[in-house]
Amino acid sequence: MGGFGPVEVERDEPTFHERWEALVFALNSLGIVVLKAYNADEYRHAVERMDPAHYLAASYYERVLTGVASLLVEKGTVTRTELEVRAGGAFPLARPASVPRPDDVAPHKAHFAVGAPVRVRDVHPRGHTRVPRYVRGKRGVIVHVAPKFSFPDTSAHGLAHREEHTYQVRFEASELWGSDAGSDEAVIVDLWASYLEPLP
Amino acid sequence: MSHPRERVPPAPPEARATALRDALAEKRLVPDGFLEKISERAEEQLSWKNGAKVVAKAWSDPHYRKRLLKDGTAACAELGFAGPQGEYIVVLENTPLVHNAIVCTQCSCTAWPVLGLPPDWYKSPEYRARVVREPRPLLREMGLDVPDGVEIRVWDTTAETRYLVLPLRPKGTEGWSEARLAEIVTREAMIGVAKVEVPR
Repeated sequence: MGGFGPVEVERDEPTFHERWEALVFALNSLGIVVLKAYNADEYRHAVERMDPAHYLAASYYERVLTGVASLLVEKGTVTRTELEVRAGGAFPLARPASVPRPDDVAPHKAHFAVGAPVRVRDVHPRGHTRVPRYVRGKRGVIVHVAPKFSFPDTSAHGLAHREEHTYQVRFEASELWGSDAGSDEAVIVDLWASYLEPLP
Repeated sequence: MSHPRERVPPAPPEARATALRDALAEKRLVPDGFLEKISERAEEQLSWKNGAKVVAKAWSDPHYRKRLLKDGTAACAELGFAGPQGEYIVVLENTPLVHNAIVCTQCSCTAWPVLGLPPDWYKSPEYRARVVREPRPLLREMGLDVPDGVEIRVWDTTAETRYLVLPLRPKGTEGWSEARLAEIVTREAMIGVAKVEVPR
């Protein structure tokens, strides 16, 4: 997405600007660690499921709050009505999750070594994913191999748990942005094995 | 977009956060002191000042620097900095020819044990969208001039690896103690949007 203005850095910024932000941060820990009502991937997906206009207009901790509350309502821990009565107004929640298609979460068992050329699968999954759109279908080179981590596209939907290596893939700016790219610039993106296909 | 309930104005985020906490507390789902403990830990223990100590030690001790670049997780843990969102830390070394910067285009992922919870500007759509698309002009706008010919690598935190930038040690700090060096390291320098400077 483009068209954004300047980045404003606040000097000596505190961890939380208001006490309700600290409360929201702690409520998310409660949901994941104590209540075990959802996992971190479900949480990320819930934030992404927010109405796009609400997402862009909301502050960071309002997004966290919306994700946490949406999941706790969906899981039946609390009801939207009781939240709205207590809050004294509407309590906007995220949109419902879509079910991934089998193709969206098919495992690809490839292993890659540092230096290997790869292409990111040009996928458009219905559910959660952590492949940014700007690298889909793009070519890059493996620069680092990270340990195995839980595959978020299944974990966010309560599907079978699996672990895969993630790879730091380097994309030259010209591969991503064409002739408008800056020179001597590269973006390195951390991608699960199933997102990648080998190139000859 | 025009569901009837959306026409009721949303309650302020603070009222929504309190409503969620009270609804959970009424169901006895909030252990005594848990929420306070989590927010205190975030404010007191998860601090970028930990990262400043790591950087100062790497500047002062060549053996530590080597260990840090080889295994960031273990080297940060040597100083007691480990835990959630620090399970796999990779340290990115700035040199006169390579400048590194960190972003999370998807949400706000950062190495909590050494960078703390991320500041608002890092979580803003402005930074997330622009730093991958036009890093050199954006950094210049933010006050960091990375000259043409110096390569810029932008690391997008899209999976579970967490990054820390090891900035260049500024001239004029020869013979300084680690503690004095740590005083001049900033969070922005360890994200890669500023350089470390000697205060005049």
